[in-house]
Formats: sequence, structure tokens, C-alpha cells
Amino acid sequence: MTQPVAQGSIRRRLLILLLVGAAIFSVLLYFIVQSVARQVAQESQDNILAASALSVMDSARSVEGEITVDLPYSALSMLDSVTHERVFYAIWLGQEHLTGYADLPRPQSNDVNKPSFLSDIFLGEEVRIAAVRRPFSTDTGHAFLEVSVAQTLAGQREKLTRISRMSLGIGAGFFVLCAVAALIVARSTIRPLDRLTASVSRRGPKDLRPVAAPVPQEMVPLVASLNRFMLRLQSSLNRSEDFIAEAAHRVRTPLAIVRTKAEIIQRRVEKPENREAIREMIHAIDDSSRTAGQLLDHAMVAFRLDNLAQEKIDLSSFLHETVERLRPISEIKDIDIKVSATDSAVVKGDTILLQSALHNLLDNAIKYSPAGARVEVALRRDDDGLRLSVKDTGPGYPDLENDRLTGRFERGKNADGIVGSGLGLTIAKDVVEAHGGQLELRNNPGGGACASLLFPSS
Amino acid sequence: MRFLLIEDNEALASAVVDRLTLDGHVVDHAGDLETAWDFSATTDYDLILLDIMLPDGDGRTFLSRHRNQKSRTPVIVLTARSEVSDRVSLLDHGADDYMVKPIDFSELEARCRAVLRRRGGVARNLMTFGDLGFDSSSGTLRINGRAVQLRTRELRLFEVFINAPGQVFSKSVLVDRLFSYNEDVTDNAIEVYVGRLRKHLGGSNVTITTVRGLGYKLELA
Repeated sequence: MTQPVAQGSIRRRLLILLLVGAAIFSVLLYFIVQSVARQVAQESQDNILAASALSVMDSARSVEGEITVDLPYSALSMLDSVTHERVFYAIWLGQEHLTGYADLPRPQSNDVNKPSFLSDIFLGEEVRIAAVRRPFSTDTGHAFLEVSVAQTLAGQREKLTRISRMSLGIGAGFFVLCAVAALIVARSTIRPLDRLTASVSRRGPKDLRPVAAPVPQEMVPLVASLNRFMLRLQSSLNRSEDFIAEAAHRVRTPLAIVRTKAEIIQRRVEKPENREAIREMIHAIDDSSRTAGQLLDHAMVAFRLDNLAQEKIDLSSFLHETVERLRPISEIKDIDIKVSATDSAVVKGDTILLQSALHNLLDNAIKYSPAGARVEVALRRDDDGLRLSVKDTGPGYPDLENDRLTGRFERGKNADGIVGSGLGLTIAKDVVEAHGGQLELRNNPGGGACASLLFPSS
Repeated sequence: MRFLLIEDNEALASAVVDRLTLDGHVVDHAGDLETAWDFSATTDYDLILLDIMLPDGDGRTFLSRHRNQKSRTPVIVLTARSEVSDRVSLLDHGADDYMVKPIDFSELEARCRAVLRRRGGVARNLMTFGDLGFDSSSGTLRINGRAVQLRTRELRLFEVFINAPGQVFSKSVLVDRLFSYNEDVTDNAIEVYVGRLRKHLGGSNVTITTVRGLGYKLELA
């Protein structure tokens, strides 16, 4: 039987799709968590910076054109209390630097009423700068008082790293959860398929009943066509069996009539040449009916080999039964069949097939033996296993070098004049090989053929 | 012997009846199960020949019913199917033996004899000639009550003679009766068997005499 070509796996495809989806979502989750956290951290720092700058601004007074700015403690402690960062400040009036770090970068602003922010490098450290502006009247006219407060970001960075690590953890955890879920989903999706496979392969060789167990909706078309297929197979098997039986009936009944009539006529005719002609007729009829029979047997064997039964067969009693069945035929030729079954043994297989194999070997032995001869049938156990041999005293096999004799319709060169179809050994060989054994053909040292069915000891 | 032949094919049935009659048997023919029942209920047969495919049923139902009625008459099934599975189920249904069509009459004869031998029972077809007693159904020959073991061919040759004592049989006729059609034999092969039979009949008052140029006949010494 050829193995079906497997291309891809539903389970794997499902699993890969689910895992890829989970990975994409995990990475997205990681970035979203990180950016939200970063934004929240930034905003809270900005608020504090802006509040600090505003409280400095609130302390600014314009007295007779002179501007005085106190640095309220609260303004700096506000920053300090949160982190241990370094804090810088700068105060400008218009373009005039009043106090603080003059080279602290100044955030640009479009809206003077709102605080403006800037991230920059100052004194070799990353800083976040917030600036607030308010118009002031001075003796030189109107100008904007600008207060900038800056804070280093070392602590902020550390916090962000922690947040980033945490979001990585969240992403990874999410991925692991999804992977487990994906495995479960993939397995439970495939399970009905597995169940169907198991229920079909558990069946006996001749069980062609439709599948009745409930299956998921998606599998209904598959199971329906499987059932239809089995129904077709069953009816086609029935048809071919019936056909074989019917064909046998159609062929053999007229042959039976012709043969019987020919025998009757032969009793009545006087002339030797007419009697000889009728003899030849009967011979030809026997030949064709035998061939028909063996063709049917061969078809039966082929059919049963495909559905090999596994019954326990006691070879010894099997041997005796088969021989007894053939004894009346051998007695017609005064041939004595001697059975010796020294070992009893049980093999597993199809009784009908093995009977057909042994029957063919015995039939050959009787056909090819001279009248009054003896055919020996023996069942022995030897090194190779069980040996069921049929030994005759006929002409032996003419051509043992090749296995031509076991080919279909092949007959030995010395088979002329003996009724036969050339299928007997083919059947015997096919049957014994299907049972794990082999057919052995030999010629006896003293003349005659010996055909053996060998079964490996198990 | 008295046969009941159950076979629906008229042409085949009449041929078989003719052929068995030729051997000196009495044959009743039933074309269906119904007729077969009527025959078997009213007549005591030595043997029933049964076809399996019949117009009003399966031959197997006849077999089962026949066995249920505890009838001792042996049944040989004639089947066109050669499948061994069929044969096995036939034997399970109580057939004594089966034969695949076309029937080889020498095989039928051999099987009938084997079946009757297996059944044992009383000799019902006893023939006597001189001091010979012969039961044709089981094939046993007695000389003055002493049983003589004959091999199959000797038996069949003897049967030909005892059925028609005094009649001359030519060698070629005897060859046709004795040898199957598959064997290549010359008329001279008969001499061997006639010789053996004469040896068996040594102690009796019956002999086989040679009629020069014509053949052999059985007669009282």
C-alpha cells in the first residue's frame, strides 16, 4: 500500500499562525507599555519642573523698575524631594541674563502663557528644562521675565529602564500564555480528526459500515464522502463476488451438460476412432472447466489476500481434513496418501486460503503420480520453522533453476497430456507468502517432486 | 442404487439421469425444493445429489431441514462455485461431501462410496453371483462370506463384470470405465488389472475368462 503524501500539518500550521500572532501582540504590548510609561514619567517630571519654575516666577517683584527674584525654598525642595538630581536654573529678562546659569539652553516657546520644555545636554549631562514667561514692566519698557528650571535625568533613566524591563516581562509573559493557549487550541481542533482516524483504523478488515460517531460540522462533508466511498467499495466487492459466482455457474453448467452427454455417447459408440475422439473431447472439457475453476480460485485468493483473516489454525488437523477431502480422488488412481504429522503446530492465518494452497499441491501430486503410487504428506518442525511438504513419485519439476513454474499460466515442459491451468503453484506461492512463509520446490533424490510450504517459527 | 437428483437445469439433469441410469442406478429428478420434499418424504434413497441454486430457494435450506429430520440419507452437494468458503459452509450445513460441476462421474462414484462407507449401516445393494456376494454401495466383496480387499481400480473393474455376468467387454470399453480421461493409457493396461482380479477370485467358483479377439467376461467356472 502506498503511503499518502503528507504536505504540511494542520496542527503545525495552526500553531505557527497562533504563535506568530502572539509574538506580534507581545512586541506591540511591550512598545505600548514602554511608551505610555515613558510619557507618564516625562509628564510628571515636566509638571514638577513647571511648578517649580512658576513658584520662582511668583516670587519675582518689580519694585521701581528693579526686579527682585527670591529663590523660594519650596521651589527647589519640590524637585529635591522627588529625586536626588542636580538642579539648575536661569532667569532672563528679555535678552538680559539676570541670574543662574547663563549658558543653560532656553526652550523656545510659541505660546508665552504656557510653560515650554526642552531636553538637552548641559554640562555633560542630560537635562530636562522647563521655562515659564511672564511680561514685566521695567523702566526700559515691557519685557518678558523668563524663569528656566532644569533637572538632570539620571534617575529618570533608571526608572525608565525599570519600566522597560517590566514591560519586556509583561510582553514575554503574554507570549508564554498565548503559546500555551495556542497548543491547547491546536490540539483540541485536531482531536476530532484523530478520533475519526482511530475509529476508522480500529476497524476489522471487512468492516465497511459507515462512520456513525458524531463529528464537527466542518468534517461532515469529509465523513459523508468517506461513507459514500465505503458504500461503493462494499457494493463493488459484493458485485465482484457475485459476478465470480455467477460466471462460474454460467460457464460450468453447460460444460457439465456437454461432459455428461459425451460420457453417455462414449458408452454407446463402437468404433475405436470415435471413442478416441470423444475421449479427447472430454479431456478438453475437463481442461477448460478446471481452468475456469482455478481462475475463480485465483480471484478468490486475490480477494482474500487483501483482507487476510487471522484465525488460529491447527495445522495437524487442517492437514488431515484436507487430505481426507482429496482421498476419493486419489483412490480413483489407486494412489495412497500417507500423512505423517509428527509435530502439532498452530499458525495464524486464513484457513480457506491455506486449504486452497495445500489442495493445489496435493492435486498436482495426484495428477503427476503414476497409478498405484504413494504420495507422502508430512508436517515437521525443523531449523527453518514449520515445513508442510507434499512428496510424489511423478516426473518431478523439469525446470527448477528459475521460478518460472510459479508464474501465472506457466506449466512444466513435461505437463503435456495432464489437465491443468498453470495456476496451482501461483496460488500456493501467493498464499504462503501472504502468511510470511515461502514455497519451496525440490526434486527428490530418488525421483519425483517435493513441494513444501514453509512457515517461519514465531 | 437409488438416487434423488435435485437440479433445476433440465438439460443437465436429464444428462445426469441418463448417465447414472447407464451405470444401473435408479434416479428420481426434482426440479425444485417443493418436489424434492415430496420425493424424499415418500421414498427411501441411498443418496441425494443436491444443487445449491434452485428456483424456489437455496439448497442449504433443504440441507438444514433434511438434517433436522434426522434422515440418514447422505447428501452430496453439486455446486458450480468452486470457492472453498462455499464448500466449508456447505459442510457446516450438514452436507456429507460436495462436488464442483462439471461432474466427473468416476469421482462421483468414488465420493458416493466414501460417503456410504463412512455412514456404515446395512448393506442394501447386495448382489450375488456364484459364491460371490457384493455390496455395491460400500464396495465390499465377499467370497463364501470372506471379505476380500480390492483396490479402487480392481473394484471398479469387478463392478463392470458383476453388473452383467456373461457379457463380453472389450479392452477399450474397460479402459474407458477404469481410467480417468486425464490418463494416457493403452488397452494393454487392462491386462494387469484383469490379472490381479483373477488372483483375488482364485478361491471362488467364478472366473474371468478371455474371449479371444473380443475381450473378457465373468462366468461360473
